[in-house]
Amino acid sequence: MAAAIEQLNETRVAFNQPSSSRRYKWSVGRVVAWLGLALMTVLFVVPFLWMVSTSLKDARLAGDGKWIPDTFVWSNYTEAFSFNDYWGQWWINTIIITVINVIGGVLSTSLVAYAFARLRWPGRDIVFSLVLATMMLPGIVTLIPQYILFAKLPAFGFQGSDNWVNTFLPLTVPAFTGSAFYIFLMRQFMSGIPMELSEAAKIDGASELRIWSQIVMPLTKPALAAVAIFTFQAAWEDFMGPLLYLQSEPLYTLQLGLRQFEFAAGGSVNWAWLMAGSLVVMAPVLIIFIIFQRFFIEGVTLTGMGGR
Amino acid sequence: MAQVLSRATVAPPKSFWSPARREALTGWLFAMPWIIGFVVFTAGPMLFSVYTSFTNYNIVDAPKWIGTDNYTNLFQDDRFYLSLGNTFWIVLVKVPLVTLASIGIALLLNMDLPGAKFYRTVFYLPQVLAGVAAIFLWKWILAPDGLFNNFLGFFGIPESARPGWFFDPNWTKPGLVIMGMWWIGGNILIYLAGLKGISTTLYEAAEIDGASGSKKVWYITLPMLSPTIFFQVVTGIIGAFQIFATAFIITGKDSNVGGPDGSLLFYVLYLYNRAFGRTGQATLQMGYAAAMAWVLFIIILVITGIQLWLAKRWVYYETDK
Repeated sequence: MAAAIEQLNETRVAFNQPSSSRRYKWSVGRVVAWLGLALMTVLFVVPFLWMVSTSLKDARLAGDGKWIPDTFVWSNYTEAFSFNDYWGQWWINTIIITVINVIGGVLSTSLVAYAFARLRWPGRDIVFSLVLATMMLPGIVTLIPQYILFAKLPAFGFQGSDNWVNTFLPLTVPAFTGSAFYIFLMRQFMSGIPMELSEAAKIDGASELRIWSQIVMPLTKPALAAVAIFTFQAAWEDFMGPLLYLQSEPLYTLQLGLRQFEFAAGGSVNWAWLMAGSLVVMAPVLIIFIIFQRFFIEGVTLTGMGGR
Repeated sequence: MAQVLSRATVAPPKSFWSPARREALTGWLFAMPWIIGFVVFTAGPMLFSVYTSFTNYNIVDAPKWIGTDNYTNLFQDDRFYLSLGNTFWIVLVKVPLVTLASIGIALLLNMDLPGAKFYRTVFYLPQVLAGVAAIFLWKWILAPDGLFNNFLGFFGIPESARPGWFFDPNWTKPGLVIMGMWWIGGNILIYLAGLKGISTTLYEAAEIDGASGSKKVWYITLPMLSPTIFFQVVTGIIGAFQIFATAFIITGKDSNVGGPDGSLLFYVLYLYNRAFGRTGQATLQMGYAAAMAWVLFIIILVITGIQLWLAKRWVYYETDK
């Protein structure tokens, strides 16, 4: 497995080199391939367009099969959020949890990776093999005992709870311990920085903390960006965590809020509202993707995180 | 004399904090966040979970030791076998399809065709749109009067012959697989990276020997890509075994029974129902759920082990010396 990971990393370096632009050669096979790609691209975009189309329809005509609604019902976008008074709160909750996760994730990952990549200490290789082992650990094994742990840890009345369940703590505190995948990624990245830089700084009397924050952190910006972006997405879209740990409605995140569509409106789902609401909830991730596309694409190949 | 010399070299009195000792301490301190997290949130809970699996425990009352009862009950539990069967179905159908489709698309993207970068972005787009919103989108597309069935109607398939998808126990899992095919962008990118890493000299050598396109794919591309394929299949299977959110959202109010005829009762969904389910079954059965988690862990471990053993036969490592 370790060999597989090493080899993956070697191939990734080649991926990120800009491909030279040159004139394209054409043949029948290549035209067919290009058409196939174009067709598949359309198939990938269609669900998204259908979502936009439905979100603008009159709720009663949501299933009429038309692509362009007869009348554009823009009010879906406001009405979708009117059925529950907590929507505003859910936005705030989601933003708080996400921001804490991103900050905690980036700092802890970078700090821990520094220990593995740039420092020599007894036990380092054993601890690092533990990091690799947890990468492969199915999350289900820790689900139940973690819940029990959080149900027993005292919260001293934080967010009105005497244990960690029904507070933001289980969804935020673990972020500060770093995630194995990202630690692995950052370590690979940091190992590539010449040790001479650190040694020169040390001669000038800089502490390791200073070298980490002033020299290594700035040099690992692309990897830090990848970690930040993926942590953002994972925290924003997390469903199981909030489902387990947030039980009272005012503490919900947007993902739990979306589920309320099904329980609202007395049984039958209002697809127009649901699609409008879903689009708005997706929007922040979509906007981040459009702005930071390059980091997303590079991040996937760097981390080897494909189908989560 | 020797004493004098050594004393001279030792003086001035050496501090306990030699540079190496200092670095060792710094190393441990820097790694401490992960080590604490590992002990508190992973290793500790895992050990406790082993104990829990031999008890009757509802969090409120003290755990009661019942020996291996949870495990023996589990192996006589019809719903355990149902959920295991459903989960294996998804693993066996979805993982190969996802692997084939993403390698296929990656091969096309690697042909250096115009617009490849744009296509690459589009294929990745759905991966950004995960979460509850995207699952609802697919629940809507695969609704009886949804987009997919409209599309079938376009080909002249009468309404009565169109699948009921998430309402028909025979079509729920195929629906889930169709849905899953939308989220292969990450896989495509990783295979594409693997393809870009294959040295062009190999292809040039093959061309000199007169190898055709398909021969190059079979004898060069796939062997060179095999470490990537292996890694993706291993992690893909581990992920597929733990399918939860999709099934939970799709089944909605019926999540406690796993949708029509329990056809979407996947392993982790059943485990969740046993531990946290709000209706129907007895809940907060932490001991039973912990036992279920360990059984799944063993299953995944064995399957990963088999794959590692099989890998010797088909995975080619360039670095092997």
